[in-house]
Amino acid sequence: MAVNGRMTAWTTMQTEVAPPPVPEPNIEIKLDARKVNFFYGDFQALHDASLSVQARKITALIGPSGCGKTTFLRMFNRMYDLVPGTRATGEVLIDGHNVLSPETDVINLRRQVGMLFQRANPFPKSIFDNVAYGPHMLGWSKQRINEVVEESLKDTGLWNEVKDRLRRSALNLSGGQQQRLCLARALAVKPEVVLMDEPASALDPIATLRIEELMQELKERYTIVIVTHNMQQAARASDFTAFMLMNQKRAGEVIEFGPTDDIFNRPKDSRTEDYITGRFG
Amino acid sequence: MSLPFVRILLDRVVGALVVLCVMVAAIPVLVLFLFVIIKGLPGILTPGFFTQSPHPQGVPGGGVLNAIIGTLEIVGIGSLLAVPVGVLIGIFLSEYGRNQVGDTVRFISDVLTGLPSIAFGIFGYSVVVLTTHHFSALSASIALAVLMLPVILRATETALLLVPNALREAGLALGAPRWRVTLEIVVPAALGGIVTGALLAMARAAGETAPLLFTAFGNDIVQTNPLQPMGALALTVFRNALVPYPNLQDQAWAAALLLVILVAATNILARVYVRRIQR
Amino acid sequence: MVPTPLVAASHQRPLVSGDRVFSVIAYGAAALIMLIAVIFIIALFIPALPAITKFGLGFFTSRTWDPVRNQFGALTAIYGTLVTSAIALLIAFPIGLGAALFLAEDARLSLVRGPLSFLIELLAGIPSVVIGLWAFFILTPLMRDKVDPFLQHTVGFLALFKGTPTGYGFLTAGLVLAIMVLPIMIALSRDVIRAVPRELREASLALGATNAETIWSVILPYARVGITGAVLLSLGRALGETIAVTMVIGNTMQISASLFASGYTLPSVIANEFTEATGNVYLGSLFYLGVVLVLITIVVNVLARLLIWRFSGSARASA
Repeated sequence: MAVNGRMTAWTTMQTEVAPPPVPEPNIEIKLDARKVNFFYGDFQALHDASLSVQARKITALIGPSGCGKTTFLRMFNRMYDLVPGTRATGEVLIDGHNVLSPETDVINLRRQVGMLFQRANPFPKSIFDNVAYGPHMLGWSKQRINEVVEESLKDTGLWNEVKDRLRRSALNLSGGQQQRLCLARALAVKPEVVLMDEPASALDPIATLRIEELMQELKERYTIVIVTHNMQQAARASDFTAFMLMNQKRAGEVIEFGPTDDIFNRPKDSRTEDYITGRFG
Repeated sequence: MSLPFVRILLDRVVGALVVLCVMVAAIPVLVLFLFVIIKGLPGILTPGFFTQSPHPQGVPGGGVLNAIIGTLEIVGIGSLLAVPVGVLIGIFLSEYGRNQVGDTVRFISDVLTGLPSIAFGIFGYSVVVLTTHHFSALSASIALAVLMLPVILRATETALLLVPNALREAGLALGAPRWRVTLEIVVPAALGGIVTGALLAMARAAGETAPLLFTAFGNDIVQTNPLQPMGALALTVFRNALVPYPNLQDQAWAAALLLVILVAATNILARVYVRRIQR
Repeated sequence: MVPTPLVAASHQRPLVSGDRVFSVIAYGAAALIMLIAVIFIIALFIPALPAITKFGLGFFTSRTWDPVRNQFGALTAIYGTLVTSAIALLIAFPIGLGAALFLAEDARLSLVRGPLSFLIELLAGIPSVVIGLWAFFILTPLMRDKVDPFLQHTVGFLALFKGTPTGYGFLTAGLVLAIMVLPIMIALSRDVIRAVPRELREASLALGATNAETIWSVILPYARVGITGAVLLSLGRALGETIAVTMVIGNTMQISASLFASGYTLPSVIANEFTEATGNVYLGSLFYLGVVLVLITIVVNVLARLLIWRFSGSARASA
């Protein structure tokens, strides 16, 4: 059954991904991970993980903790580079270029692929300087920076809350505001993809809802990949869902991937169903 | 159920001894402060103490202007040399130093910390005085700079390691190169600890005598040229204590009080600065 | 908006990246401190060479210190250094340990614990010349008129306490050193004692042991390695302390069994005679003393750090 299940997952991916699940006029695959393996030293953390992320949609990665979803996410902007002794094989294509290749200009990659972290991590600087950091680094003009800061803060619904205290420390904001500030900071460099690593896990329900609303507004312009352990959140907020699980060797695998509605209501793999219905994880 | 009398007695005795120890350890400090204040205050309040140079032995009056300027200049130049280098080495240790090179640097720094302060004087003498053939404030500054270096670099490393990795990641995820993240985000976030370390190192350097004996050497007239011999408060205390003229001995006490105030003020400044930064 | 390319064309890529430059600067700073260490060694050794070649290892066994006939030996100064440091540790070890036990865990007088800690930390920051000044004017008369005569009356039959007390000499210098190393001794031992796992302490108390018995049979055995490290670091500080000792040791080149006698230590010889030294051999001998002093302190310090590391390692492992 287990072997069979895995076969199912594989075929699911083949059939679900290559021909788009819901036929739409402008299907554009923004980020395409193909058979990605990832190693921390001798330990394999990801095994043949594949995922095709559609442009301007929200794709959720769900699964029990330790299943490699955060590792997978961090490969898309090469954040794993920071950890010595790591190694990756396979391909992560963005606009046809393999991100994992040593040729990749990591700096440019990260400008195109923004990231929001588990805990809000504003710089210990003013609200303005937080958002302006990226644009400032890119050497944009003062006027353009001012515009982009206002724009990003408006995009994240913070503008009206903070416009009178832009020069105050960002650390005085509430947790939810800080996380939206971090989002504004990421948006200010005009990325095309935004990666979110359990962005609401440290927030209260109201702030969480606010982030989810924002995601819906932002997906018109950005491609969003979100890691979450909160299944309701994935069901509510995402268009596509990938379910991940550790295999026997504790390496993460993508078990099933498809439109969120299918994953939650008509899972093809019994393990997905078990997880969704709360039988394990 | 009561303990045998002997065991209780022993417990009480040990308890009392422990309190006694802490008292014995604290008393010298109180006595010391008391004496430095009582014996130093009249000298500090004497007119001319801050504005005049020392008078020749046996001639009453005079001040320690030469030594005040000397201490500030010697420690100032020493800090200009030690702070940038120390901070840079601290950055190296925290951001690049998880390797053999880093361990070697930490070992050298620990060894330097443990060296007697007079060794730094010998170093300054050998490297500068022997090559230039005369005593100079600069040689003292160089000796003090090497003495300050380990304090500054360890404080910097510790402060930088306390900066959460999440901040580094946030910067890198925006596409900032590592050097900009380090200089623009990590270092500013750790500034409180770095400044504290630098100030503590300066306080320690200002109080040192042994490294100055055969580098700055001392000078009874006001001297601001770093290539010339120069006075310093610590030297005034040391030399004036050993001469049999009461007015010079009073000046030694006054200079000692001034030195203690200077060192204490630097320490307090460091603490206040940290509080202000943390808010 | 044109997306930035993921692979910068080769002609656009800067020849030298900022990261590269910065890491070169950082490694350069690391290299600088190594260079300083090397220069330090050279700066100490080269001027010492005339004396090293002339006296060799005989320097360590010779009691002669004769600038007129250009004959020099380190034994007297080494003796003084060891004796004063030993006195310092004999006084500072028990007092420091007791104070550390109080500051680390005594529940009594918890209100005064903070101020007491602060006071003792303050002592660590007082310049040694100020302590020397105080010792010179206040402590030496006190020793001469009260403490030394008292010792002579009670234990004067010992060779250690014979001779006329002048107030200057080994005993006073040792006492001053004790005061100066107390802050280190207390601070390090306190940290070591605090690192003793709470469960061990509570287990002992729960078995019905008294506080004193817990200290003796649980805390001290557990913290032994760390406390030894603290003692060694204190020793390192005592061996190298210069100014305060120079002001009270009497500065006489002699070896005497009496603790009331004047003497000399390695650092005080250097401090006193450096600027007067004439000729390569005299100056070289002072440098030679410097080399000896530095080597001794390095050995003691490295040993101390190894012990403290071992202790904190074992504390972590069993926590």
